[in-house]
Amino acid sequence: MPDTFSLRINGVAHQVDCEPATPLLYVLRNDLGLTAAKFGCGLGLCGACNVLLDGHPVHSCDTPVWSVVDKDITTLEGLGDEANPHPMQSAFIAEQALQCGYCTAGMIVTAAALVDRTPDITDADVRTELAGNLCRCGVHNRIVRAVLSVAAESTAR
Amino acid sequence: MADLSPSLTANPHPDMWISPVAGLIHVRTGKVELGQGVLTALAQIVADGLRVRIERVRMIAASTDGSPDEGYTAGSLSIQHSGAALRAVAAAWHAGLMGAAGLAFGVDAPRVEDGTVTAPDGRTMTYWDLPPAAVPTVGTALPAASGVVGTSVGRLDIPGRVFGTRRYIQDLRLPGQLFGRVVRPPSRGARLLNVDETRVRAVPGVVEVVRDGDFIGLVAEREDVAMQAVDLLAAGCTWKQEPSLPDQHELADYLRTAPAERTVLVDQGRSADVRPSVVASFSRPYLAHASIGTACAIAEWQAGRLRVWSHSQGVYQLRAELARWFDVEPSRVTVTHVEGAGCYGHNGADDAAGDAALLAAAVPGRPVHLVWSRQDELGWAPFGPAMAVTVRVTVDDAGLPVHWAQEIWSNGHSGRPSSAGNPPLLAAIHQAGDADSIPSTEPPLNRGGGSARNAVPGYRVPNLQVVSNRLATMPLRTSALRSLGAHLNVYAIEAVMDQLAADAGVDPVAYRLDLLDDPRGRAVIEAAASAANWGSRSSSSEEAGRGFGYARYKNSSAYCAVVADVEVTSRVVVTRLTLAVDVGLTVNPDGVRNQIEGGAIQALSWTTTEQVRFDAHDVTSRTWEGYPIVAFPDVPPIETVIVDRPDLPSLGAGEASLGPTAAAIGNAVRDALGAQIHDLPLTAENLMRSL
Repeated sequence: MPDTFSLRINGVAHQVDCEPATPLLYVLRNDLGLTAAKFGCGLGLCGACNVLLDGHPVHSCDTPVWSVVDKDITTLEGLGDEANPHPMQSAFIAEQALQCGYCTAGMIVTAAALVDRTPDITDADVRTELAGNLCRCGVHNRIVRAVLSVAAESTAR
Repeated sequence: MADLSPSLTANPHPDMWISPVAGLIHVRTGKVELGQGVLTALAQIVADGLRVRIERVRMIAASTDGSPDEGYTAGSLSIQHSGAALRAVAAAWHAGLMGAAGLAFGVDAPRVEDGTVTAPDGRTMTYWDLPPAAVPTVGTALPAASGVVGTSVGRLDIPGRVFGTRRYIQDLRLPGQLFGRVVRPPSRGARLLNVDETRVRAVPGVVEVVRDGDFIGLVAEREDVAMQAVDLLAAGCTWKQEPSLPDQHELADYLRTAPAERTVLVDQGRSADVRPSVVASFSRPYLAHASIGTACAIAEWQAGRLRVWSHSQGVYQLRAELARWFDVEPSRVTVTHVEGAGCYGHNGADDAAGDAALLAAAVPGRPVHLVWSRQDELGWAPFGPAMAVTVRVTVDDAGLPVHWAQEIWSNGHSGRPSSAGNPPLLAAIHQAGDADSIPSTEPPLNRGGGSARNAVPGYRVPNLQVVSNRLATMPLRTSALRSLGAHLNVYAIEAVMDQLAADAGVDPVAYRLDLLDDPRGRAVIEAAASAANWGSRSSSSEEAGRGFGYARYKNSSAYCAVVADVEVTSRVVVTRLTLAVDVGLTVNPDGVRNQIEGGAIQALSWTTTEQVRFDAHDVTSRTWEGYPIVAFPDVPPIETVIVDRPDLPSLGAGEASLGPTAAAIGNAVRDALGAQIHDLPLTAENLMRSL
């Protein structure tokens, strides 16, 4: 039976009515209009739907809404915008680190969390950590450059 | 003087392409953004020709309600065709403004700055107050580039994608929109015997169940409800199934022996020798598009009119197909392009539009938004055809080829809607219960060919024969996948070239240069060899290998040469790729690099890893675990050298690097193992088979 859930997304409180098993991805995209996170596979195998839960990347396509109550949910939209971009967003623009951009939301939130957690990171580490985020256009090396540039800035500070 | 672009011949009116509107320049092109960055490159061409800042340029999404009809966005022709058209139209507008301002202000050759001419007395004239009659007929005289073309302008669409504000078709939500899902048959050719709809119709929020022949789907108020309900619907279906697919493990043999239409495409010089010096056979499996997003469409029927939003590569062609299928006048159908996930050829976009249109017919007045599951995307979208190639070469006493024969076996590479004789949309196939679908066709060789694409070696060969065998039946639906037959043909040609070089005791690069007269081809080969330090072995490990690959795409487009470094342990690891490319005048160097490198990584993935798997009934590789693609840890450093030709026409960059990259990797593996690998992908299993 549908239920009402209170969610905290990008620092804003929301209430949604849906089945408890509804994946977070559909609540974000259809009930709240936050469409940056994308459906890719529905099985947690590609990373296109990644969002941050208390700062850690999760696959929103197989995360039921009941399990995210009382957590801080961050989507790409909450990371920054054109007026106030997150450093990872600026770095993706500087490196032109995408082609179709369908994997970009998942890439950026996952990479932002990664650099937050481990600013002192190597090229090989980035590749290992992003192995679960698939890209078909072949911009991997641009993404690695973008992530390393943000890491270098944050360790320099 | 260059010929007019075919796009312009078909759509000659300058105001169809460029309209100055309230301080902005609206640009309509028939070409669509597939993730390749084409709209930015075209905007650069317009800004450059008009002498306006690129910030003023607005690219309008292609739609059948007013865009020029430029056919499909395919074949790496957008810059060649649409770019050339826009360059000529911009030149006409520019000449019109110069002429009118010159006359009004009494000056010779006035200067246009950001769309405005200023007279010595301060009066101004702009594109925005220029009467359309002042714009002359589009001619072929073109002014020199003014500086926007040739620079790495940042892609106009990237900020919107990085901030999550640019809407993909998957994100579009129209007023009153419903959500559709389709149940695909459990195997190829399965017939729907019976459906129990009662449990599905009882689910709150399910609006309609649509059954038409073997097509079955539903429409619901919410997407999550549609997804749950479609599983119930699938469980309520009873199908009649029979095995229909060939043995995947004997695929190359199947291709060579299945009934086929044999065509001699090239027959030049004397016919083949009975005893050629080299005979080598190659194969590749079916390949999936494997975009990160799945196929999607929106359709709405209202008062006998159909509106469709689609990430199709050809809005006019999709319109024609939908009109034919639903038996309505094309003028009653509108198809508008909305960007989807990356497109690498004829994927499920058109099929999804057919699904949405058929479902929407059951709920007139309500738009139906339809998304394919990952399983259907990897299982039901058209595949890049499996192929087999045999090369027979006779050499002279100096070890140079005097006769080259290349024979190819493949299903057709063109299953696009509304091309003459091509298969219908997937929903139409299932609606008609037509298990024996019409097999896909081949584009003619003078338009780049399909399975014979790049089957003609770019090297000096006095006697040449190319034969294609197009399969008369189609076990799995096939259509155009990036570079079409060039992937396996270039792999095969370049593998044989390495063998001939080895037999002659000549360095592979020197051997190629000996047989290549085209100075542009020679320049990219030399550039790649030089950038990679060809000849100097940096690694002495036994597992290491280095290989070369070269081709001019379609024998008429961009030139590309690649050096691959690999290590072969229990599997093939590509450790470095070095590429050189000549795309004529480079419109956007960073955009070209992005396309060339992206193509190289996709080719690496196809060549080392990918294969569609199937049993006697159906495709079994339907998740990312069953159909893996290369991920970050397997992507090597890549260096790309652009050999710029500012005085020569621009050529498309999107597909040039795939064949040469595959070939270079194959030759590097041969170098490491001392044996040619004949069957792709270069998995441990296929390596063992060849050894």
